[in-house]
Amino acid sequence: MTTCFLASDGLASWLAKSAQTRRVLAPHKEGKAVLFREWKEGDPAPELAKSTISPKGAIIPACETLVKYQITKDPENLSKRSLALAAPTEATPTVLFGCRSCDARGLVALDTPYLKGKFKDPYYAARREATLIVTRTCDSPTHTCFCTWVGGGPASPEGSDVLMTTVDGGYVLESVTDKGEAFLKESGLPDGADKMDEARKTRTEAAKKVPARPDLSKAPERLKARFNDMAFWVAQTSKCLSCGACTYMCPTCQCFNISDEGDASSEQGGRRLRSWDYCMSPMFTREASGHNPRMAKAQRMRNRVSHKYWYSTETIEDGRFSCTGCGRCVAQCPVSLDIREIVQKAIEE
Amino acid sequence: MSVLTGKELRIVGFLCNWCSYGGADTAGVARATQPTDLRIIRVPCSGRVNPLFPLKALLSGADGVLVSGCHPRDCHYSAGNFYARRRLELLKEFLPIVGIDPARFHYTWVSASEGPRWKQVVTAFTDRIHKLGPAPKFQDAVPSYDMPDLAPVAPLRNLSCGANPALEDLKKQLKEALSDDHLFCVVGWQKSFDGLHATPLHMRKPEDVDKLIWGPFNVHSTANMIPQLVNDAKAAAMVGVKRGDPIPPAKKIGVVVKGCDGKWLVELLQEKLIDRDAVEIFAMGCNGTVSYDRIIAKIGAGKRIDSVEGNGDTLRVVADGQEYSLSMKDVAQDKCRACTVPNAPVYDHFAGDPVKVSEDAKPEAAAILAYLDGLTLEQRMSFWRGAIERCIRCHACRNACPMCVCREYCVADSREPHWVTQEDTPVNKLFFQLIHALHLAGRCTGCGECNRACPMGVPVGALKLHAARIVRALFDGYQPGTKLEAVPPFLGYEVEEKNIPEHQIEGA
Repeated sequence: MTTCFLASDGLASWLAKSAQTRRVLAPHKEGKAVLFREWKEGDPAPELAKSTISPKGAIIPACETLVKYQITKDPENLSKRSLALAAPTEATPTVLFGCRSCDARGLVALDTPYLKGKFKDPYYAARREATLIVTRTCDSPTHTCFCTWVGGGPASPEGSDVLMTTVDGGYVLESVTDKGEAFLKESGLPDGADKMDEARKTRTEAAKKVPARPDLSKAPERLKARFNDMAFWVAQTSKCLSCGACTYMCPTCQCFNISDEGDASSEQGGRRLRSWDYCMSPMFTREASGHNPRMAKAQRMRNRVSHKYWYSTETIEDGRFSCTGCGRCVAQCPVSLDIREIVQKAIEE
Repeated sequence: MSVLTGKELRIVGFLCNWCSYGGADTAGVARATQPTDLRIIRVPCSGRVNPLFPLKALLSGADGVLVSGCHPRDCHYSAGNFYARRRLELLKEFLPIVGIDPARFHYTWVSASEGPRWKQVVTAFTDRIHKLGPAPKFQDAVPSYDMPDLAPVAPLRNLSCGANPALEDLKKQLKEALSDDHLFCVVGWQKSFDGLHATPLHMRKPEDVDKLIWGPFNVHSTANMIPQLVNDAKAAAMVGVKRGDPIPPAKKIGVVVKGCDGKWLVELLQEKLIDRDAVEIFAMGCNGTVSYDRIIAKIGAGKRIDSVEGNGDTLRVVADGQEYSLSMKDVAQDKCRACTVPNAPVYDHFAGDPVKVSEDAKPEAAAILAYLDGLTLEQRMSFWRGAIERCIRCHACRNACPMCVCREYCVADSREPHWVTQEDTPVNKLFFQLIHALHLAGRCTGCGECNRACPMGVPVGALKLHAARIVRALFDGYQPGTKLEAVPPFLGYEVEEKNIPEHQIEGA
């Protein structure tokens, strides 16, 4: 493990060095929102606030091209056509700077559907491999945070390559993985081992700010028991607007839609796109016949909550919840629907 | 010669089959010399020209769009061009808000016999577009990511965040109404996860009424859910009914309303999206609501809210142990600053005294509109190009909108028609917002729920406010949601429109 110290005023120049060889994604404040954008040399030092939206877009973009296709006609014989396919899977080397522990843990949860199992997603794998994650340990958990409830914490190292903690005069950078260690070694920063005690203290203080942890261990079995309790789900979700804010903000929501778009500029070419989709939409499960197995929003929200707190415990190897407690779905919901409340109510009654 | 490489520009013409298309033909038969930039699309009537057609063309790279139909009073279908005139005028005045020069769009009337006139129109319009040059492309605009820090306009009346003494009276009325089982549920508000948030409350039993709150955090639209709840109540009434049995009456939906929620109900009733008998309206005078974002801008993000207390104009917030004293003048929502309807226009029960607003109160333009008005077309395009990049297409703006009633039949989710694709390009994202704004023209009550719901802070409400401003100017100050008997302007027409001029092109 390598520990380095980075002075506050050296942040921009340190990032600039990384930006020479990699794409640096860092939080950027725009109006009320903070989101990840490419940081380039010469930009002011990035925002260190928690982002409004999780940085999962760095690994699973909101829309990506899976396959490009082009049909070419032989000018000598017009009935003869050839099809060219291109599936670009290469990824840009990237540093994801300044996400939080809940965001980094989210990527661990995303690895199960995308990498483990029968099929490995080459697009995801390439980006995941090419991305180095520098997590800023959280020092200001708010009312909507509940990372400690679901196995994480403001300084959980899971999913991160480097942990960065604010100390007096700067930051302590601590490597978590070999990738992170190599990154820190090449950065040429001074040793920061003497600041580790201060960093640990900051982290413990932050963990205390997270609202007290209830026992959620019964959640999977209680949700299973409630699967057909529609009255419960209707009551819990009656105010839901069926929008996708919770899903798109979420660091572990992974569902996508696939559509083909022809190119206006070429007669017989086009792209197959993969884009984010949200299970809160009635369109998500509507079948070609018109039948919809999840017609009511109660059924859709049941799916979302059960996915995070029940299904994932059976699909992810270590039986964890696929919710990392970042609280964005609570904070950003237009009607303040609170997933914590649903899970706790499901357990208690 | 290719349009892309030559001197020609791309002009799209939507021509009515019964007149202008024939007019163009007449000009052709007469061997009149005409510019060749125009690409004609034949439509059955100018009334068929959805404003989205020209808009899509302009956003997709057209340098100009011309719509031509039959002269007023001459429509093959009697009134198609009367409807078209209102919509196209709206579009023309709408375009500059996103940085498109309105001179690139023109609509006119040419009959089938007017070959020479057609020649003049198309020559003059093409000349105009050539003078303007190739249109700036939205996707090529330099994005501006900075959101201006705008000082909000002063409220029209004194806003207050203190307790409303009539709340007990309201609760009593609600408990009474809920006790005899004629209501399916009543929509109101309750406390949420911290002091700065309320959340919609669906009251089904009299004891649920105890959770009801009334105050500056009741920002959510209660009318938003009504059409869906009406359907739910109908479905619930059908449970256990056998084939051939008479259909039992559905229970009513109760709704607690502020003035703005009441305006939505008027719109829903006007458009016959709900029956008056299906709802029971509980109203109370509103003293204004707060903007969470404004409060956070004052106290700083990422703080834990310990307590919140309102008293008159002052909101006392304790966050992370520190006390902040905020004034409603600083933290009220924009819609409340301009509000002239604090009491619901229609109701069944009213608790307390109505809130008074002076008759001659004239709202100022919202700060965001004043800001956009001060920008050049190029700057506006940059503004939207940057702002819309943040859009994640969660459709919270649409789903929070009480007047977005298509729900799962929204054209944004449709492959046929294919207005928007799954690509996350700025043009695609903006186009959805323009669809939303134009579909709401003459219907939007200016509640700003779209802005509030947007998690990424894209100021999409400005587009609707701009459309509303055009509607007010064109239709004698028409205010959606205030009069039950009024006809929304785009559902009607006048043979002589007193505020819509005949547009002339220089040289035609």
